[in-house]
Amino acid sequence: MLRWGGDAEGGAPFVEADPADPSRVRGFDVEIAGMIAHGLGRAPQFVQVAWSSIEASVERGDFDVGMSGVEDRPELRERHAVSIPYYEFHEVLAVRPADSARFRTLADLGGHRVGTLGATGAYRILTDEGARDGVIPISYDDDVHPYADLVAGRLDAVLLDDIIAQRSLRRTGGFVIQPTPVAAGHYVAVFARADSALRDSANAILRARMADGSLQRTFEAWHVWTEAEARYFAGVVSRPQLSAAAPTAAAPSSVGAYLPGLLHAALVTLLLSCLAMALAVGAGLALAAGRVYGGPIVARACAVYVEIVRGTPVLLQLFVLYYGLSSVVRLPAFAAAVLGLGLNYAAYESEIYRGALLAVARAQLEAARTLGLSELQIFRLVRGPQALRLALAPMTNDFVALLKDSSLVSVITVVELTKQTAIYATNVGSWVVPGALCGIVYLAFSLPLARVAGYLERRWRIA
Amino acid sequence: MANRVTQPTLVVRDLCVRRGKREVLRGVSFDVEPGTILALMGTSGAGKSTILRTVAALEPFEAGSIVVGGVARATGPTPPESQLRELRARVGMVFQSHALFDHLTALDNVTLAPIHVHRWSVDRANERARALLESLGVGERAGAHPRQLSGGEAQRVAIARVLVLDPLVLLMDEPTSALDPARRGALASTLRRLAGDGRALVVATHDVDFARAAADRVAVLSEGRIVEEGRATEVLASPSEAATRQLLRGDASPT
Repeated sequence: MLRWGGDAEGGAPFVEADPADPSRVRGFDVEIAGMIAHGLGRAPQFVQVAWSSIEASVERGDFDVGMSGVEDRPELRERHAVSIPYYEFHEVLAVRPADSARFRTLADLGGHRVGTLGATGAYRILTDEGARDGVIPISYDDDVHPYADLVAGRLDAVLLDDIIAQRSLRRTGGFVIQPTPVAAGHYVAVFARADSALRDSANAILRARMADGSLQRTFEAWHVWTEAEARYFAGVVSRPQLSAAAPTAAAPSSVGAYLPGLLHAALVTLLLSCLAMALAVGAGLALAAGRVYGGPIVARACAVYVEIVRGTPVLLQLFVLYYGLSSVVRLPAFAAAVLGLGLNYAAYESEIYRGALLAVARAQLEAARTLGLSELQIFRLVRGPQALRLALAPMTNDFVALLKDSSLVSVITVVELTKQTAIYATNVGSWVVPGALCGIVYLAFSLPLARVAGYLERRWRIA
Repeated sequence: MANRVTQPTLVVRDLCVRRGKREVLRGVSFDVEPGTILALMGTSGAGKSTILRTVAALEPFEAGSIVVGGVARATGPTPPESQLRELRARVGMVFQSHALFDHLTALDNVTLAPIHVHRWSVDRANERARALLESLGVGERAGAHPRQLSGGEAQRVAIARVLVLDPLVLLMDEPTSALDPARRGALASTLRRLAGDGRALVVATHDVDFARAAADRVAVLSEGRIVEEGRATEVLASPSEAATRQLLRGDASPT
């Protein structure tokens, strides 16, 4: 049994669920895994794993080999056992047809937004280019939405593997692929560092299948065989001991190099959380007022909103807001993140405020009425201030929760603290130091909040 | 009639209040002259609190009339507060639970309405409030929050909160429920002093000793009607009704 890990969410032609039998997978990576397994005299068994976790999972021993469009790069070879490259791809630039003359290369895209899949070679190229020419890199968690956002006008270009670009062009269209590749890259199979013997066996099998034309037939069957690929294969077969692919720019390895990026991401998290909380408080107050003071129709509408928002995942809400509504209103990612989190938390805040408003003794409100205070004055001078004191502790809890939930917005391309940490952890090949730094920053935000809330509660206890 | 020089401050005629299908008040009529204290007595559910709450315009009434210092309120739903301003200025109510605003000090409880409703200056409101708290014996508690006050102290702050607006009618719901016997005597003399200033007081109570000590007149309620009314000394000394005798035997439970 050869357990191999891949991500069926990556889809054809790499790995996809077989339309005829969705419990099985198909794709060229599936066939190559099969070739390696058979060469070893074992049966292949597929293990589903998130693409960005393939390397960490293979090192943990979740499976023997990972292959699902895994890109060759120097850090990968430093940390894991890596096969010979079995396919050469090209990073290509996709732009809207109207821009095809304007944006021919990355250098033409200074100051423009260019999307790609996070934690890939293409993302590295974009961040390097960003430092040089001012390209604004936008990171996605999948390879479908960058093209959708390109067509929708949220991005000005997408840089990704030619296989992915061609696939998106066939599926949805609406853009053109520039003929000159930005860079070349290679797909490899990745093994645990200690598994170099297995890697060597796999290499021998791959080389044999390249020589006997099996790999070529597989790639032809998946329509990814080209003249350039034929030349690349010829080169590999004629050079028996080829090991490393052409190295791209080396990633910075010291933690210090990542600090400015992490601090910036921490500020994004803080700003995002504060704005979302401000929205949640405002909208939550309106909802609570609607339920406590509104007529039956208003109160019912507010209750329905609260139940819908609390009863569905915030991830779904973010997706709908950013992608689902993009044909109606094209929100910038950060605005969508503030709106999504704010409107979600508004439902929870409104329940806190409603409970707090109802907790103020009825006799006090009646006493205020007999003293001649108007309804507005009663709210402003009697009910509101007391409700606020009651709501403060749960509100603080919610704000801390919001700080942490803000990490969810990476699914709509906002790079905040957790996402940035994940990107760096992938680069340096370890979660220990980036994870600790990230945790410290979150604690630095949340602990003072808890203290302030505790202080205010003590101060107001007599009241 | 010839020696009668004052009009009643509070005139209630044929007051009917319905809650759903239940008739809570079934034609209640009484007058309260300036400077007198009327004790509304009766068992739980007899309608004492409903009378106070209806006179204070916290609840609507279906039929009858309520006139306070010449200002009448119509039957039907409680009108918006903007139409109740005159009435609010004439009627003060002290709740059984005192209903002090928990987030404000005793002093701020008293000055809230003068400053925000009647647009007094803060200095004037504070000065008047301090004088009132002083006269009620809680001057040194002005800076305390309601939860730091004893039941008796909270009650006197609640009285000050109402008196600061100088109402013609003062309504009190079960004022002795949170007081020890010594305090009840002190409260009775305080209320006598307030009546002495020309105010009309209506006190809902089931406390016979207190009514005897404080009230000029007693009205005994039973099932939404006044079954006996007269001078306190006479009604409580020689009751003519079963409901009154039941009260005097101490069968009543607090409302």
